[in-house]
Amino acid sequence: MFRDALLIAEKDLRIEARSRVVFSQVLPFAILALVLFAFALNADRPVLRDFTPGLFWVAVLFAGLLAIQRTTNLEHDDGTNDALRLSAIEPASIFLGKMMAISVQLLALEVLLIIGVLVFYGAAIESVAGGALLAVTSVVSSVGVAAAGTLYGALTAGIRGRETLLPILLLPVLAPVLISATRSFDDAFGSAAVNGWAWLALLGLFAVVYLTFGLLAYGILLEES
Amino acid sequence: MNQSPSTGPNGAADSSDTNDTGDTGTRTLGVLCLLGFVLVLVLAFGLSEPDDEQNDLVRIMYVHVPSAILSYTGFVVGALASGFYLWKKSLAADLLAHASIEVGVLFGVLTIITGAIWGQPTWGTYWDWGDVRLVSMLVLVLLYVGYLALRGVGGDVNTRARRSAVVAIGSAAMIPIVRYSVNWWENRTLHQQASLTDGKLEDLTLFTLMTSIVVFLLFYAWLTTKRFRLGWLEHQVTELGLDEAIAQRRAEARTGVDAAVGKSPHSDTVREGREA
Repeated sequence: MFRDALLIAEKDLRIEARSRVVFSQVLPFAILALVLFAFALNADRPVLRDFTPGLFWVAVLFAGLLAIQRTTNLEHDDGTNDALRLSAIEPASIFLGKMMAISVQLLALEVLLIIGVLVFYGAAIESVAGGALLAVTSVVSSVGVAAAGTLYGALTAGIRGRETLLPILLLPVLAPVLISATRSFDDAFGSAAVNGWAWLALLGLFAVVYLTFGLLAYGILLEES
Repeated sequence: MNQSPSTGPNGAADSSDTNDTGDTGTRTLGVLCLLGFVLVLVLAFGLSEPDDEQNDLVRIMYVHVPSAILSYTGFVVGALASGFYLWKKSLAADLLAHASIEVGVLFGVLTIITGAIWGQPTWGTYWDWGDVRLVSMLVLVLLYVGYLALRGVGGDVNTRARRSAVVAIGSAAMIPIVRYSVNWWENRTLHQQASLTDGKLEDLTLFTLMTSIVVFLLFYAWLTTKRFRLGWLEHQVTELGLDEAIAQRRAEARTGVDAAVGKSPHSDTVREGREA
């Protein structure tokens, strides 16, 4: 199962490496969001630094939404869902593979955005522990967002008006991720006195719930398309 | 609840061949709800005492708390019905999930509105992000608005049912996560903590609240049944519309062929009648 998943992930990532849609469209969008936040908050560096975690995660969620939409449309537009099913790979493996591919893309996005906020917003990583927290939070959040995103992406695939339907379905689901990841980053950047590791546990719980749910439910959604 | 001569006396079973959403069962339930609401009104405004701290404001609780309970009931029943749909592929379960969640959203909105109305005089603000229960209810309502939006896009009935079922179950799984995350997010909740159980409320106040909860649950049953039957009728109309359209196209095709062979459309209708 895991080998099949790797195969799917590799396929999706290779498509991305060749088309560079996420790199050339989604990433610039995320950076644009950072710039717009700066304009909205009157380019006030102390304010921007204090609110870096929240702004960062909002940018990630919006950009992630585009990446998720891109990955699901990929299969649907080319009609390759049927081919995937005919390949006799289990739906759970397909889910896992797609989830991994999106996670990797999100993670790459987050790394670049972290550099972005360090430069633009003047945020600073205080300690080694903060850096570790930052890294682990990014990984766990990416998995959670990708798991929920893969599931909901498949859910809205092929529906008229899917571009508007996916955000309204997915963003409320991701609200706990936004809250927890922001809190965790608050600790890492030292912008609020909270225990980031406790929030990380909640992020982990979210990721586990949606991974399990996705593994179980993906087959149901794939049956039809 | 308008009377229809075609409604059978046995209730729900024969609703498929009537075009009414009411029958003896729902009418009885409806009358019970009405009587219950009168009782709650008398209890809430007449008999129960104002609160020591909140005075008359406490009476909002008799709508606010039952609405919240009812909303959660609607979401949970929706998830259970969706699970049943995935298990048995019964379209009725899918329609029940839709009905239940729609009623849940309605009362979720009512909870938020009554909460805000309550908040203004007691906390001095309509909305406070520190209030865990209101904020999580808002997130949940938005979550389920997405579910209703998904149902609204049309398409194949079974496809829609499958997708909706996954969303309904996923959303129900979110209820505890949303609650916990919002709870941790701001520990300084304004809400009265567990006022139902710690015996702080006076007897009659508690009795009024309990009565109101029961009446609201009856109302939930009534609304959901009605909405379920409406959904069922809608489904039948869609099916009927499709059958009719197919029949019409067939008739057209037949007339076309007959015209080419030289038959009159009249002989066609005669043949049709014989076939039938």
